[in-house]
Amino acid sequence: MTEPNENGDILSVESLKMHFPLRGGVLYRQTGSVKAVDGVSLTIGKGETLGLVGESGCGKSTLGKCIVRLLKATAGRVVIKGKDVTEMPQSQLRPLRQDFQMVFQDPAESLDARMSVGELIAEPMVIQKLGTRETRKKRVDELLELVAMPTSAASKFTFEFSGGQRQRIGIARSLAVNPDLLILDEPVSALDVSVQSQILNLLMDLQRELGLSYLFISHDLAVVKHVSDRIAVMYLGKIVEMAPAEELYANPHHAYTKALISAIPEPDPTVKRVSKPIEGDVPSPIEPPLGCAFGHRVSALNYEKSIGMDLHLREINPGHLVSNCPCCVE
Amino acid sequence: MPVSKLLKIEGLESCFDTEGGLVRAVDGVSFELEKGQTLGIVGESGCGKTVSAMSIVDLLPKPAGRVLGGSINFKGQELRDANPEVMYKTRGNEIGVIFQEPMTALNPVQRVGKQITEALLLHKDISKREALQHAVELLDAVGIPSPERRISDHPHELSGGMRQRVMIAIALCCDPDLLIADEPTTALDVTVQAQILDLMSKMQKERGMATLLITHDLGVIAEQCDEVVVMYAGRIVERAPVKELFAKPKHAYTKGLLASIPRLTNERKTELRTIPGQVASIQEFVEGCRFCQRMERKGDTLNTRPRYEEVEPGRFLESCPACT
Repeated sequence: MTEPNENGDILSVESLKMHFPLRGGVLYRQTGSVKAVDGVSLTIGKGETLGLVGESGCGKSTLGKCIVRLLKATAGRVVIKGKDVTEMPQSQLRPLRQDFQMVFQDPAESLDARMSVGELIAEPMVIQKLGTRETRKKRVDELLELVAMPTSAASKFTFEFSGGQRQRIGIARSLAVNPDLLILDEPVSALDVSVQSQILNLLMDLQRELGLSYLFISHDLAVVKHVSDRIAVMYLGKIVEMAPAEELYANPHHAYTKALISAIPEPDPTVKRVSKPIEGDVPSPIEPPLGCAFGHRVSALNYEKSIGMDLHLREINPGHLVSNCPCCVE
Repeated sequence: MPVSKLLKIEGLESCFDTEGGLVRAVDGVSFELEKGQTLGIVGESGCGKTVSAMSIVDLLPKPAGRVLGGSINFKGQELRDANPEVMYKTRGNEIGVIFQEPMTALNPVQRVGKQITEALLLHKDISKREALQHAVELLDAVGIPSPERRISDHPHELSGGMRQRVMIAIALCCDPDLLIADEPTTALDVTVQAQILDLMSKMQKERGMATLLITHDLGVIAEQCDEVVVMYAGRIVERAPVKELFAKPKHAYTKGLLASIPRLTNERKTELRTIPGQVASIQEFVEGCRFCQRMERKGDTLNTRPRYEEVEPGRFLESCPACT
């Protein structure tokens, strides 16, 4: 199912859905489903960073996992470099995995503690049958240098390193097969501020040098704004607003985006947070409200109008998409 | 003598027994807190913020952890090595504690109501019914809808924000004079964090209590605190009123920390300032300036401990010549 991609997008996701079945009862029948991702469309161009923000449980990590096919989506399509990988069998998918790799949040958990750093970084090349033992060893050294680690690290184990260094190892590993697209799932959330900025700089440098495309998943809006070209805001399985980074912060249209931005505590004691925080919690994705999920949370005035509506994104300014929800968007 | 301080910590040293020997997680920390004020302790993981706070209420993990030296004066009474009876009467009563992870700090098999009334029944001379009534009022005060029903919920039936509200209710149930909040919003989403921070401010104003707020988030510090203590590697490197600290940081570590936060006002995709290197492991701490150790400076500053002194009224600094 190969098709040319006219826009030159590295990644294009179309109406992706990931519904996890819920089973129960004596016969273990399906009793419902968790709509973790519920109709998401997005694209990422070459060398571009798309930031994906949202609160925990909104489905951002699930979306990332669907893209790299750690999960098989229930509906919709994921097209990477013109190839539809949504339903592709593993045998065909494996060689394609060279094009897209994932970096996980907690490097302490995602890196095998029993493997040396050299083995960890070389493993993707072994799986992809790239190079010989010698060339792989050379590549490991190159990669360690690329992420500013001493080459002597190759013979050590991950527990000998700090959190920031481990994340560098995780990034080196993801780069081993020369991918075009990295899915970065909260890559700096587990790190302290001073180390976080080191890793963010590294990611920005690597992107410039290697022309990488990033899907940068994070709940930290300041971090996302700093590294992204465009930003998508996700709420309960759906993207509610997507815009160029500056535009999104300067001119947010969706009530949820506004609430998120105003909730960030500014590291400046002379600025006082003015708006009242929004109330309530994210609703359960098992029984989502009938209408707009955010309108329901804040008991928006026009919530009733959104019930039964087909909520989707529409373009209001060039590149600025926002949900057509009647209660959250004026 | 000025107004007596609510809490006065002097030269606090807390340590842990490890396989590699004794490690000093908190190494000579001094600060005071006045009635109604909020003092923030900020620093990177492992710098000793939590250990300092838990030393106050004698909640270090035992038997490995213990307070080695210094004095903890609360309302004129020495809490260090105090009679267990004294600590029993103080903790949960005059000092309330909010822990970081409400899911692990709350008892999963006990109903919320029981967990709130536990402290009330222990410290106040009231009946079970009165205690339960008070618990309902507290849940209402911390913004939990239909508290009469929620009181019989188990923690897993509540969302993260709701659980943290329950933690706050427990911490406040005996009207403490001091609230110790250890990363109260770290596990929460920003919108819920804003709710909880507002709630804490409101409760503090209503009850006139003092708060010791531990966080690694400088945004939270800027929003909530009157005064800030910056910790690095078990010691305080700088202490200042919040506005002065953000406007004119004096210690190189504070400067580095403030400069390395990505801000919404930053130009996009520009290089962020960083603090080179990383915190040395606790076994390798030098006696001298530990930030010099991180910066790989050589010389005298590594050997002698820099003096921690008041350099301007209200501004305290670890006066390492290389770092200030």
